[in-house]
Amino acid sequence: MKHFLDITRETCPMTFVKVKLALSRMEKGEELEVILNEGEPLQNVPRSCEEQGYTVISVEPCGGGRHRVWIRK
Amino acid sequence: MKTETMHEKLSIVCFSGDYDKLLAAFTMATGAAATNRQVTMFFTFWGLNALKRKHGRSALGRTPLARLFNWLMGGLSNLPLSRLNFAGLSPRLMEGMMRKNNVATLQELMQAARELGVRMVACEMAMHILELERGDLMDGVEDIVGVATFLNESRDAHIIFI
Repeated sequence: MKHFLDITRETCPMTFVKVKLALSRMEKGEELEVILNEGEPLQNVPRSCEEQGYTVISVEPCGGGRHRVWIRK
Repeated sequence: MKTETMHEKLSIVCFSGDYDKLLAAFTMATGAAATNRQVTMFFTFWGLNALKRKHGRSALGRTPLARLFNWLMGGLSNLPLSRLNFAGLSPRLMEGMMRKNNVATLQELMQAARELGVRMVACEMAMHILELERGDLMDGVEDIVGVATFLNESRDAHIIFI
């Protein structure tokens, strides 16, 4: 099952708080698509997910300074 | 969530009952918990006001002095700003500015802290002075502990005092 989260309107610390909470509600093996802004969220969300043992499958720009990040739990 | 491997630990002593300082405390707490740190928040003295079950003013306690203090301090809805409080007007204005700019309010951060498994404990001594009972505090408060317990739990943790 795939999950989606747009955190482009969120600010620190709710950017990675919302990602963490979304991942915690998912089953192992499920994937989460996150849309986030460049800067702080782009630097920290993928890194903190990897530190917690999740797999960052891809990070790609999707226009307007936004990026699409795929994370597998 | 608590079953995941935890690495670093952060303990926050929440002494202040000021809106802005508690906002800083909960921002640190949720940020740390979301990045896989084990977080404990120890609420003492003025900080206890944020944990009261009743958000408004309530004359909690048994003796007249404790009841007066608790009524004057109030709860979550009465937390002042540490500066430029303007008799309680500023926290409301600040909250409006925060919403407008999509910054999480104190209540939203407190909810996130609970969901992230931040451990919130109340200081036994301060509860005693202010004559507060366990039932006077909100459900998210896990325990009422003394400083020795807090320090034992905070071994190997970074401790910050707000």
